[in-house]
Amino acid sequence: MIRFSEEQAMLLDTAREFCQKQSPIDAVRQVIQAGQPLDETLWQTMVDLGWLGVTIPEIYGGLGLDLADTVPIFEAMGRQLLATPMLASTLAAQVLITNGSDDQKNQWLPKIAAGQIATVALSEANGSWDPDQIATHLNQSASGEMTLTGSKAFVLDAGVADVILVSALQGDSLRWCLLDASELPDGAIQREVVIDETRRSYSLSLSDLPIRADQVLPGTAFKKIELAGMLLITAEMSGGLEGVLAVIVGYLNTRKQFERLIGSYQAMKHPTVDILMGSEMTRSYLYHAATVWRDETDLAVVESAVRMAKCCASEQFSEAGDRGIQFHGGFGFTYECDAQLFLRRALWSQYQFGDERHQRQKLSALLF
Amino acid sequence: MNENEIDEFRSDVRAWLQDNKPAAPSFLLPETFMEVGTDQQFEFLRRWQQKVYEAGYLGMSWPETYGGGGQPQIMQEIVNQEMAAQRVPFVPNTIGLNWAGPLILDMGTEADKQRYIKNILSAEDIWCQGFSEPDHGSDLGNAQVRAVKDGDEYVINGSKIWTSLGSYAKYMILIARTSNEGPNKYAGLSFFLAPMTAHGIAPTPIKKLTGEYGFCQTYFTDARIPADCMLGNEGEGWSVAMKTLMFERGAVGGQAGGLSMMDLNINDIVELARRATRNGRPAIEDPLTRDELVKLVLEAKGNAVMGSRARIPALGGTYPTAVAMSGKLRSSELKRKMTRFAVSLQGANGARYISEDALDGGRWQRSYLNSFSGTIGGGTTQIQKNILGERVLGLPKS
Repeated sequence: MIRFSEEQAMLLDTAREFCQKQSPIDAVRQVIQAGQPLDETLWQTMVDLGWLGVTIPEIYGGLGLDLADTVPIFEAMGRQLLATPMLASTLAAQVLITNGSDDQKNQWLPKIAAGQIATVALSEANGSWDPDQIATHLNQSASGEMTLTGSKAFVLDAGVADVILVSALQGDSLRWCLLDASELPDGAIQREVVIDETRRSYSLSLSDLPIRADQVLPGTAFKKIELAGMLLITAEMSGGLEGVLAVIVGYLNTRKQFERLIGSYQAMKHPTVDILMGSEMTRSYLYHAATVWRDETDLAVVESAVRMAKCCASEQFSEAGDRGIQFHGGFGFTYECDAQLFLRRALWSQYQFGDERHQRQKLSALLF
Repeated sequence: MNENEIDEFRSDVRAWLQDNKPAAPSFLLPETFMEVGTDQQFEFLRRWQQKVYEAGYLGMSWPETYGGGGQPQIMQEIVNQEMAAQRVPFVPNTIGLNWAGPLILDMGTEADKQRYIKNILSAEDIWCQGFSEPDHGSDLGNAQVRAVKDGDEYVINGSKIWTSLGSYAKYMILIARTSNEGPNKYAGLSFFLAPMTAHGIAPTPIKKLTGEYGFCQTYFTDARIPADCMLGNEGEGWSVAMKTLMFERGAVGGQAGGLSMMDLNINDIVELARRATRNGRPAIEDPLTRDELVKLVLEAKGNAVMGSRARIPALGGTYPTAVAMSGKLRSSELKRKMTRFAVSLQGANGARYISEDALDGGRWQRSYLNSFSGTIGGGTTQIQKNILGERVLGLPKS
């Protein structure tokens, strides 16, 4: 059962309007071309709207809403391919809310709500989606001094981040470490080239970085964070799927070949209906997952709902992007065709927190 | 009814169904009212309907004067839910109970109601439908069966096809052309409650791909039916037919209730995957089979969440009619995929067919072959995609 509140409906309308205005497709291309790590004016506008504090508890200067309440915002951003550090910051805030000490929360959550950028470093060069398949270690010397050594990959917006939450193995157990970006050595953060050009992705290399005890988070919840990431990216994907469908329908209704609009050919029409069905199903799974996230306490139930949503979104969005290129014919092969922006977004998203095959593997164990 | 009364009624119904559910017969039962192919199957199901009616569990909200229960609709809904939950057989007179019956109650004369309603409920009179024609599969408005008035009778000529239960039916809801005049093809159509006993009406069973019989082609050769069996006025047949389709599709209420088919649930397929074996092991243990099963579960669950979202107007999105208009497409395709997969779960035994040696008597093989009735009947999947493309996405006509 899906539940959707009036507050969420209002947020959806506001976010749609905002993203349409701020991020028409020309603006997306300008962002790519400029290559800047951050559009500070836009960021400040989003901060002023209160979006960075939606999920942050009121005592830390936020609105104190549930993560699920941000789903309409991320969906609206995905629809317009608007990429800002909000994804990274919202997820990092979840890490702190779920795992941080009172001091850590006190120090960072108000700043995040006010627009300081936070991010999460989970993945590594091996490309594994399992959070514990990592080589970054939190070591402890005989005298009790801790150091962090290892390399992280796909750290979103690390170049502009003020704080980075890093996963590391302490012996056999996974821990979260909080790194203040100002304390990192020069060159620790390097830009990566990723397939979605709207994203700002970085590697993080650490060698014997000293870690104080107050930089280690007391909580060790990782699955909840993985699922939070999946939920937000699925929201973006749902929006993106709607966006690429609009590009396809627009072209099918204007492009003529053999003196007929190409949308009149069933070879184009029927697969476009399949994309519509994929989009409708993805959106339904998304809001179902958001409902379960908010209402359900059993983590296995949440996991199942969120993975189903991410699975559906990964499969359907990447297929829609793929068909989007093909249906544009020769134009589809060019950089100028907007379908490529969506396909490249779809591919990036597909490989965050597990693609559809990975999700099905996990679901198979959860379901039977 | 308050919640306590509802709960109490529900447990009474459940108890009755558990006590009275007929034992599985020695032969394979059909799974929908469109698949009733032998006298043995028909008699078994008709007896079941009689029993359900006599217990007061059919037509519960229909007026008592005509044989109904005169009770609130919610009681029938509870019965329907419990019938599905208890997996009891379906009741065969679906066309009478859920299409023709509510239509007669809605617009029939007092005499019509006295004459038809009780026997619909008791399965004394089976009803069939004469809409589709051999040359006009998806184009009902173009019906060509002729009805020519002659005194106080109409003389019918032509043929109808896909007449489910045609061999057993006493009455047919018939759409026929009384005129070729008028502004459009719809204007010349009229609607009849035609007696199948009239001389010159010959339902001829059609053998299906399953090798079974289930519906007929019905030939009319100078068949004379009384003029007073017309429902509505001459030339109003199209609007009466559309009203019938509203009942048929459940778009409006008033149906007598009861199951019209055995529900196939994704859990049945999961359960089958545990029982069926491939290469000596339960199919569910095979990783590739598991992955296919997860895909099907996702499709089934996806359909359910789509239905749930469609009930929230704020989440309607760019194409608010997409979910409702694709229901038939999605559910029929899912059923085809599920039953096809069910056959594949059986390893080499997937090659078997209806027989004692086959898993579950071969019902899965038969179900798969029958599943095409869903993906073809009522507008093929391909036509559905044209409709969705044109009416929902706004693409140009093919």
